[in-house]
Formats: sequence, C-alpha cells, structure tokens
Amino acid sequence: MQPPIPASAPAERLASSGVAPALTPVRAPEPPRPRRRLTGALWWSLALIALLCTIALLAPLLAPYAPNTQLDIIALKNQPPSLAHPFGTDQYSRDLLSRMLFGARISLSVALLAVLLSATVGTAYGLIAGYFGGRVDAVMMRLLDACLAIPRVLLLVAVLALWSPVPLGALIAIIGLTGWFEVSRLVRAEVLSVMQREYLLAARALGTPGFRIIWRHVLPNVLNPIIVAATLGVGNVIMLEAGLSYLGIGARAPAASWGSIFFDGSDAFQATWWIALFPGLAIIVTVLAFNVFGSALRDALDPHQLAGDRAR
Amino acid sequence: MSDTLLQIENLHTFFYGESTVARAVDGVSFFVGAGETIGLVGESGCGKSVTALSVLRLVRPPGRIEPGSRILFEGRDLVTLDERQLRAVRGARIAMIFQEPMTALNPVFTVGEQIAEVVRIHSKTTRRDAWQRAVEMLQIVGIPAPAERAREYPHQLSGGMRQRVVIAMALVMNPALVIADEPTTALDVTIQAQILELLQQLQRRFGMSILLITHDLGVVAETVSRVLVMYGGEIVEEASVKTLFAEAHHPYTEGLLAAMPRMGESRDRLQTIPGTVPPPTRWPEGCRFHDRCPYSWERCTREHPPLYQIGGGHVSRCHLAEEPERRAHPHEPLVMQRSSRA
Repeated sequence: MQPPIPASAPAERLASSGVAPALTPVRAPEPPRPRRRLTGALWWSLALIALLCTIALLAPLLAPYAPNTQLDIIALKNQPPSLAHPFGTDQYSRDLLSRMLFGARISLSVALLAVLLSATVGTAYGLIAGYFGGRVDAVMMRLLDACLAIPRVLLLVAVLALWSPVPLGALIAIIGLTGWFEVSRLVRAEVLSVMQREYLLAARALGTPGFRIIWRHVLPNVLNPIIVAATLGVGNVIMLEAGLSYLGIGARAPAASWGSIFFDGSDAFQATWWIALFPGLAIIVTVLAFNVFGSALRDALDPHQLAGDRAR
Repeated sequence: MSDTLLQIENLHTFFYGESTVARAVDGVSFFVGAGETIGLVGESGCGKSVTALSVLRLVRPPGRIEPGSRILFEGRDLVTLDERQLRAVRGARIAMIFQEPMTALNPVFTVGEQIAEVVRIHSKTTRRDAWQRAVEMLQIVGIPAPAERAREYPHQLSGGMRQRVVIAMALVMNPALVIADEPTTALDVTIQAQILELLQQLQRRFGMSILLITHDLGVVAETVSRVLVMYGGEIVEEASVKTLFAEAHHPYTEGLLAAMPRMGESRDRLQTIPGTVPPPTRWPEGCRFHDRCPYSWERCTREHPPLYQIGGGHVSRCHLAEEPERRAHPHEPLVMQRSSRA
C-alpha cells in the first residue's frame, strides 16, 4: 500500500519553486499509518506466555511446599489430587503442584536460553556466510550440511549419556549449540535477498564500513523471520527437553523439570495418573502457546501486510 | 575548459563466467571537468552503469577492473587504493545517486538517521550535530517541514520526496563529483523535471561536477554540457550537447535521436533502432554496431573503427568519418535482413 500521493504532491510542487522553500506550506494531513494486524491469537498466546513466565519467576512465593521435601512418606505417598494437594503427591510424598511450579523454571529457562543461544549463533553464522558470499559462503554452507546430517537427538543422547549428571548450564549449551543450523540457513537466505536491495549498494557507495553495513543495514532487515523462527523454536526445545528428561538424561533428580516429572509418573500411569497428567498438560499448553504466538507473529510481521516498499 | 576532476583512462571492467568473459566496459576513456555536467547515454546493457560502479570500485566479483585501467581523481588513481582509502572517497568526495528511490533507502531507519549516518561515518561529529546537518540538508533539497520529515520512515514519503532524500544523502558531505545513475527513470514525468531542476540548482550552489547517466536524450538536452554516447562497452561518440543534437555523426546516435518523441511532430509510431544490444560476452567483429546500422558496409564487419576526430571536441567511432559518401545510401540493417530471411 502506498501513502496516497495527493496528500504530499502539493507540498512538493511548492517546494520545487525554489531550492529552499520560501513558503512553509500548510502541512498536508498525515496519511493514516497502516496498522499491523494484531489478531486475537497473538494476544491470548502472548498473555499465556507472560503468565507462564510469571509463574516460573514467582514459584518460591506461589508454591505451598518446598519442591523436594518429602512431606510424609507414609501418609502422603501417592495421594490423588485433593484440596491440600491440588495436583496430588508423588511416590516420595512430595507436593506435585510445588514441584511443577519449580519445574516451570527449569523447563522454561532451558527452552528460552537454549533458543536465545541458537538464534544468536545461527544469525551470526548466516550473516557472515550470506554477506561475504563466494568461497566463504560455499565452505560455511557445506560445513552446515555436514552438521545437519548428524541426528540431533542421537547426538544429545550420546553426549548426555556419557556426561551424567549434566549441569543445567551445560544442558542449555548443548541444546542451544545443536539447534542453530536451521536458523542460519534461514538467515543466510534472507541476507542474500537483502544484499540485492539498492540501499545496500547505496550504503557501500556512501563509504559505510562493512561491519556497520551488516549491523545497521542487513541485520535489522532480516530480524523478523529470526524472531518468528525463534518463537517457534521455543516450543520445540520444550518438547526436546521433556523428551530427554523422559529418557532420563535431562534435568537430574531431585530437581525436576516437567519432562522428568512426567517420566517419573509414566511408570505407573494407571495407578497414579495425576503424576504424569499435569506435567503433560503443562507441556502441551506451553508448546501450544509458543507455537500459536510464533504463527501469529509471522502473520503480523508478514512483509506483504506492511506499508511502503516492503509491501512488494 | 576548467580543471580536470576525474580522468578515466582505458577502463576495462570484465565479468568472468564459467566459460565466458563479459566485457561490459571495454576500453573507455573520458574526463569530467571541475563543476561540469556530462551525460553518459546509451541503451540498457551498453555498459553505462558498470562504468559508474567502476569509478567507485563498487563492482563485485565475478566482476573485475582489469589491469591497465586508470581512474584518476584528485591526483590519485582510484584503481590502486585499498578498501580503507576507498571508503574515505565514497560518499565524501564522490557520491552516487541511484535509480530506485523506492529501494535506495533502508526501510527500518528514519530518513534523518540515514543522512546523519553519512555525516558520522565521514566526520567526527556528535549525534546532535549530525542530526542538525541532516535536517538542514533536507531543507536544502526542498523538503517542506524538514524537522518533522526527518523523523519519518522512507515508506511515509512519496517517490519524489524519497529521491530528494537520496540526493540529500549524496550531497551532505559536499562531494566534488556526483554520479547520478538514471536518477529520474523511476519517477513520473512532472517529478522528473523537478529533480533535474533541483540537481542543477544544487550544482550552482555547491559547484560539484555531475556525471549523469541516462538512456533519455531529453534529460541530457536540458541538463548537461557534454555528452558521451556508449555502445557495446565503448564510447562511440563524444560531443557538446549542441553539436550532438545538430550534427550527430555516429549512426547509433542518429538512431537514438530519431527514436526520441518530439513536440509538434505527429507520428503514428516512434522510430526504433532495429535489433538489440548484443550480449557483452560476444561483441560483434569489426564495428560493434554494424549489424544494426543502416550504412554499414564490408569494412565495418572486419575493421574495428577507432575514435575519429570530427571537429573540435567531437569524436565518433565510425568509418563514415573517412568515407562520408556512404551516408547517402542507407540500407536495411543486417539484423532485419537476417530476420526477414528466417
């Protein structure tokens, strides 16, 4: 969509009467700025994510019990949901609600930090490959192909099985460092398309140093798809972390992530269904929220819905 | 003639393909005087833009400026400069204006920020002063309410306004030479005239030289003092604008002039030059224009014409200079004969 021409044309005609406009023309009414459509889905998913993050942050205040304390190993073992223990208790008589609140901290922080790490590494890699092009690009892309050929889960299982118990920081690093390949491909493709724009040539023609071109002209113009991919990536990593915990190689006891609680409860699902059900639901809701948010964000940031020259 | 500002000698810019070499610019020499406006004219694909990009060394691989080419500017050969030295020239001493004001501005920054950035790249200036300079520059290029406009994004401005912003970016460091690559092609006709007028006013004010690249002889007639006509990666004719319009020598120039619509002349159809510019990987033997030329004869197919002196400051790359009587007998160009046989 173009800003309507008639609004600015008279002003321009006035201006052309002299190099410096002698008259200050009456300001034409501002053409209405097209709004980005913020759909309902975007709002509720964002609200849900905000809620989850708040819960995770405030877990110590919200949790009725300490997450790893065995309350009463005889009387409170495997209690179904009740008023005192809304999510029930597990086989060690620990309060499941409290464990899940603290588990949210681990699940969410692992997911967010790992995605941040992989988005950063992937963006840097893709920017360098796309910007320098030629042989640099060819070598970097072949290297990437090689990395993509390694099955991620198998690699994670192998590393984590050997390095056990794994510290949380290392878990984040390993998940993050194996997740940037797709991001860097995406970034490179976007960079290649931005490189064809005339403002990049113009920037070079104006003497802009290479680093500044990347930072000010390339990166801001490839940011949208990165944000979308990262958001969708959070859901994936939560699933991945849950899967690893399920295999017994994620977060280590007694600390719990949703995945490891689910793993604990899955052994005896028929007898103590609540232990697996609640973390399972939490994972589903969280992943759903991030995925919906990612899709809605993609729609909202879609260049075809923006004004001006990005509308083409 | 005033002092020479830019002197290009024997410029060759080739693009290397898998098995072919595109000789986009193939031995171009010319100069631009201080404060002078010259026009570089030709069809698409004749090497105009590559010449312009070569001057600023902006040709990217697989393109390369061949050894032996010299681009003398302010006492230095730009071909020998390293990237650091080049950056000090680009935007500060030589600036470029591009064809597409739609895409020549970065969509994510305000126009004021983009002009101020040029100032900050080339001088030690505070953010505030650079911004002030940007607003001043917007005023100079005739943008009303510059202080407010500076805070707007490119998509909020019309095409003509954007081109003014691009011009402001090019001129903010007061360069000695401005290369304008088809600055009006993407604009509608009334805006075109305004932009050309603006360039001339700015030239009177700042005294820079302008190298105006265009395929539009109408633009040339109104703006420049001297014209270079390019064809097939070479300069085929050079003359003052008056001479060119009154007594063009090269048949290609003749064709371009004939293809121009004129006021007060009613023709059903515009005249065209038959055929198209040959690909730069396979320039024809002899004269590169011979197969589209209505006068060509056997000599043209085998002997590459040099630049013949026609008059004072008027040169032409055409054998007609030596055998003027042949002009009396035009024929159907070879491309037409070939296509009618086929």
